[in-house]
Amino acid sequence: MAARLWSWVDSRMPSLKQEWRKHAAEYYAPKNFNFWYFFGSLALLVLVIQIVSGIFLTMNYKPDANLAFGSIDYIMRDVPGGWIIRYIHSTGASAFFIVVYLHMFRAMLYGSHREPRELVWIFGMLIYLTLMGEAFFGYLLPWGQMSYWGAQVIVNLFGTVPFIGPDLALWIRGDYVVSDATLNRFFALHVIAFPLVLLGLVVVHLLALHDVGSNNPDGVDIKKYQDASGHPLDGIPFHPYYTVKDLMGAVAFLGIFCFVMFFIPEVGGYFLEYNNFIPADPLKTPQHIAPVWYFTPYYSVLRAVPPLFHSQFPGVLAMGAAVLILFFLPWLDRSPVRSIRYRGPYYKSALAVFVVAFLILGYLGTESTTVWGQFGFDAFFLDTKDRATWLARLCTVVYFLFFILMPWYTGRDEVKPVPERVTH
Amino acid sequence: MRKLVIVLLLAPLCGWAAEAGYRLDSSPHDPHDLISLQAGARTYVNYCLGCHGLESMRYGKLTDLDLTEAQIRDYFMFTADKVGEPIRTVMPRRESKSWFGVAPPDLSLAARSRSADWLYTYLRSFYRDAKTATGWNNAVFENVAMPHALWTLQGERAYDRESRKWTEIAKGIQSPAEYDATVRDLVNFLVYVGEPAATTRKVIGIVVLYVLAIVFVFTYLLKREYWKDVK
Repeated sequence: MAARLWSWVDSRMPSLKQEWRKHAAEYYAPKNFNFWYFFGSLALLVLVIQIVSGIFLTMNYKPDANLAFGSIDYIMRDVPGGWIIRYIHSTGASAFFIVVYLHMFRAMLYGSHREPRELVWIFGMLIYLTLMGEAFFGYLLPWGQMSYWGAQVIVNLFGTVPFIGPDLALWIRGDYVVSDATLNRFFALHVIAFPLVLLGLVVVHLLALHDVGSNNPDGVDIKKYQDASGHPLDGIPFHPYYTVKDLMGAVAFLGIFCFVMFFIPEVGGYFLEYNNFIPADPLKTPQHIAPVWYFTPYYSVLRAVPPLFHSQFPGVLAMGAAVLILFFLPWLDRSPVRSIRYRGPYYKSALAVFVVAFLILGYLGTESTTVWGQFGFDAFFLDTKDRATWLARLCTVVYFLFFILMPWYTGRDEVKPVPERVTH
Repeated sequence: MRKLVIVLLLAPLCGWAAEAGYRLDSSPHDPHDLISLQAGARTYVNYCLGCHGLESMRYGKLTDLDLTEAQIRDYFMFTADKVGEPIRTVMPRRESKSWFGVAPPDLSLAARSRSADWLYTYLRSFYRDAKTATGWNNAVFENVAMPHALWTLQGERAYDRESRKWTEIAKGIQSPAEYDATVRDLVNFLVYVGEPAATTRKVIGIVVLYVLAIVFVFTYLLKREYWKDVK
C-alpha cells in the first residue's frame, strides 16, 4: 500500500525523490564529524521549536500596551498548558543563541568559513543578524519594565546617527516614545516578517552548504579521494548516518533544554529578567538597564567607547562594527590550513584570548559599570574611574585586534602538515 | 563557550543581590507545605488585600491549596461574589495614590520580581521613623510609602542605620519566632501566587527527563547500530 502510494507520488512529482537524494540520502558528509557538528541541526530544531511554540503563544497574546503584560500572565496561569508553551519559547530564545554561538565557534575552530564556503558563512551571518532582530522585537512583547526600557535604549541608539538620527528613531518607534504603536509593529515584525526572512535564509544557507559540501574537523577536502562510483572515500550519506546521530544529539539537547525549562526557567535572571515581571512604566526608569545575555558582549562594547562631542555615536559605530567585522572572517584568515588541529600557536592563542575577551564583555554587559568599584587614584587620562569600564575597553580592543591582526598572525603562523585524508 | 554554559548553569546559585547593601535573610518557605500556604493565604486576605490586589489570580484557583470552594467563599472572598473572579483589592487606585504618593502595587508577581528572600526580609524590617508620613520606615526599602501592615503582630521597633542595631519599643501579639513563621507562610503564599504552576512544573519535569533519558538510550543504540560499518 505504502509502496503503491509512493510510486503514485513519484510518477507525478519525481523532484521529491531527487531532492531527498540530493540533500539527505546521497549527500555525502565527512565521516569524522565530532561534538561541534551537532549545533547546526540543533539550530534547526530550535527554530522549529520557536515557530511552533510561537504560533500557540499568539493564540492568547494581545499586542496592546494595555493588555500585553496581562495576557502573558493569563497564558502562564489560565491557559491550559500555557506556562509550558511560554517557557518553551523563553528558554528557546536563549537556547537559539547558545546553539548559534557554538555553531559559529565551530566554524572558527575548523575553518568552515574558508574558501570555498564563504557564501555559507555569509548566509549564516545574515541568519545571525536576523536572529538578533527577531530576538529584539520579541523581547518587547511581554511589555515588562526590561522589555520597555531595553527597547527604548536600543531604539535610541539609532537616534545617535548624525543628522537623520532623531527622525530615524521616530520612524522605527512610530511614536515619540516606545508605545502601543511600537508594540504593534514589533509584534508584526516578530511573528511574520523576520521568521519568513529567517526561514528563507536557512534554506539558502543549506543550499550553499550542499553545493560545496561540508567541512570537517581536519579541514581536508574529502572529494579528492573517491571510490569507483564517484563517492568520497571519507564520506558517508547524510541519511541514515547523520540523521540517526543528530537524532541522538537532539534528544540529549532536549534533556538539557527541558531541565532548564522545568527546573530553572529564569536561569537566575539571565533568561527571564526579574524586572520584566513588573509591567512597563514609561514614567519609571529602572536603575540598571541590561539587555538579555546574548546581546551583552556588544552592549559592553557600546558602553566602553567614550562619547565624542557629547554624542554616543562612536560607541554605536563600534558596536555595529563588532558584529559586521565577522562577515569578513573568510578573507581575514590567511592561514594555509583550515583546522585548528594543524594551526600554530599564534592562531590558537589569539582564539583563546578572543574567547576570554568575548566572555568578559558578555559578563560586564549584564552588570552595572560600577560592579568592580573605582580606581583609587586620579589621572588626567581617566575620564571614568570605573574599573569595569576600563576592562571592557581592554576587551573591546582585544576583540577588534583579533580580527584586524588576523591576516598578519595567520599568515606567519607555524602550521603542521595536513594529512591527505581525514584522521578521526 | 563551555565556560559560558557553566556560568549560565551556575548563575541561579548566586541568587539575587541585595539592593542598598542590606543583607537579605534566606527565606525558609516550603512550597509543598499546604498548611503554611493556607495560613499565608489567610494572612494575606486579612492584612494585605485591603490595599494590594492579586489580580492575575482567581479565587477558585485557591483550591490548589486543598481548600474547598465553600471554604474559599466563607473565609477568603471579601471582595468578590463568584469564585471565578480575580482577587481584587477594594482600594481605589486614584485616591490611594494621593494618600500614599504611590498606588499600592498588585502583588501577583511580587515574588518573581523581588524574590522570596527580599520579601521575607522586607516584611520583617519595618521600624518606627517620625520623619516619614506614615511614621514607618524599612531597613530594606528606605523611605517606603507603605506603613507596617503587620505591626500589631510584630510590635514596634527602632532601627539605627549607622550601627545597624534594632531595639524593641513595644511588644506585638506574636513572639519574634511566631512572627517569623507568619511572614514565612505569607511569603510562601506569595511565591505560590507568583507561579501557581511551579510545583506541577517540577513534577512534570521529572517525568519528561526520565522519558528523554530512556529515549536517549534507544537513539544511542540506533546510532551505534548504524555506525558499526563506518570505519
